[in-house]
Amino acid sequence: MGNIMIGRFVPGKSVVHQLDPRTKIIGTFVFILLMLWANTWSTYLVAAIFVWFTILLTQQPLKMYIDGLKPIFWLLAFTIVLQIFFTGGTPVLLHFGFIKVTLPGVINALFVMFRFVLIILMSTIMTLTTPPTSIANALESLLKPLKSLKVPVAEMALMLSIALRFVPLLMDETQKIMNAQKSRGMSFSTGGPVKRAKAIVPLLIPLFVGALQRALDLANAMEVRGFKDAEHRTKYRILKYKKQDYQAFASLLLFSIIFFSVLYLI
Amino acid sequence: MAINFQQVNFSYGAGTSLEQPILFDITANFPTGQVTAVVGQTGSGKSTLIQHINGLLLPTEGQVTVADHHITANTKEKELMRIREKVGMVFQFPENQLFANTVLEDVMYGPINFGYSRSDAKNAAEIALKRLNVSETLWEKSPFELSGGQMRRIAIAGALASNPDIVVLDEPAAGLDPRGQQELLNLVIELKTLNKTVILISHQMDHVAQIADQVIVMHEGKVAAQEAPEQLFNRDIQWFTDMKLDLPKAGQFAEKLRQQDWQFEQRPLTIKALTDLINSRGTTHG
Repeated sequence: MGNIMIGRFVPGKSVVHQLDPRTKIIGTFVFILLMLWANTWSTYLVAAIFVWFTILLTQQPLKMYIDGLKPIFWLLAFTIVLQIFFTGGTPVLLHFGFIKVTLPGVINALFVMFRFVLIILMSTIMTLTTPPTSIANALESLLKPLKSLKVPVAEMALMLSIALRFVPLLMDETQKIMNAQKSRGMSFSTGGPVKRAKAIVPLLIPLFVGALQRALDLANAMEVRGFKDAEHRTKYRILKYKKQDYQAFASLLLFSIIFFSVLYLI
Repeated sequence: MAINFQQVNFSYGAGTSLEQPILFDITANFPTGQVTAVVGQTGSGKSTLIQHINGLLLPTEGQVTVADHHITANTKEKELMRIREKVGMVFQFPENQLFANTVLEDVMYGPINFGYSRSDAKNAAEIALKRLNVSETLWEKSPFELSGGQMRRIAIAGALASNPDIVVLDEPAAGLDPRGQQELLNLVIELKTLNKTVILISHQMDHVAQIADQVIVMHEGKVAAQEAPEQLFNRDIQWFTDMKLDLPKAGQFAEKLRQQDWQFEQRPLTIKALTDLINSRGTTHG
């Protein structure tokens, strides 16, 4: 369970850690949009350099990022295979019966791979350097305009941060229950698919019972401390753009300009 | 069935950048038919240590021997299943592991997993429930309708149902009322008379002094001491401060008396020994 890197926060004091979470969310979002435009080698090079610099700025070991890519390896492999085998065009490089491997197919597959990897790396940078509660706060702040459309933004953000807070707790709980049932001879690795699916029941039921109990406890704890609605709560951490955020936006703008010049000029 | 730890090292995430060493060079043994208490402050590695006994965790280096089974870094799941049948493991707040529709079904879960027929499993479950004094009227009820104390007893019955030779209890008394705690200690004593190897993690030194044959003190992932409670609790008071451990209540009281210039060789560990000490002074000086 300890090796899931996506969405994991690692505390630090780097420039990237200190950025306003809204800056990081907007930055990641803009970067993902740009990547959907990228369709030449040079644009990927520019984007890769940008990601590389940002990774260096986070002062985290590169290995963390590589670990972050591992869970999506199979998804990536699957997409690449699809791209290679099912893109038409000439010249044809190889024949397997009715399936042709073409040069545009291979290039397309490489592009898709780079796009995936860069987007995942960028998102990992964001989640690695931003505590989940800050992300929820930032989303609330960014979605504020929707309030005029009667969208309960504050409630949704509160729900999100509570849900995020519960993830490690539930993982912990799962591990504990798994240990208890394994000690009573539960095994996931023997028997047919039906037997294996059945083996999960003794894990799921205690987990649900525990989660409901926790939710009740939390609701009580919030109520006794005077919680009425998320809307009118004051905030302990007030989000404020600082100098470094403007610098970050400036470099993002600079990156976008270089990106589009490379895209259209080269 | 005896258990032996031979130079066991354990790290979470061994071989990765996030490697986190927890246990260092653990050599310890748990003799058959004795109660071994494992004590130490939170985070000292007690829970990690006991999870090696039934192979929930495998040693990164070294070897754990359970009767004639050896557990090393490469032990296979099939072998571990054979060991788990012999080891009843009761975790902290074991009531959180209950899941079945009825109490009886829940207690039968272990035996069925270990290959008992349904009727054998039912017999085994009934024996375990009787041992834990769970009234027969509750057997067909849902475990979720019962009180916390009853749920705890049913969960422990579930761990004991396949009649294991080794019983590991991780703070079984936590959160129980004094009477429930005493019942648990009586259960440990009963298990000992059945020649089971009992391992008990506890923060309550009174319990340790009362029922342990030997005590293993864990400190920062190492074994700091392995000896009889009479020896352990007569160590220098500074040692207990260093280990962040308490003395049994009687011992603490006796230390207060020592400050009032009382003289005694052996620290009293039980209320009875303490009253004897006080009475003896009463007769000689009274």
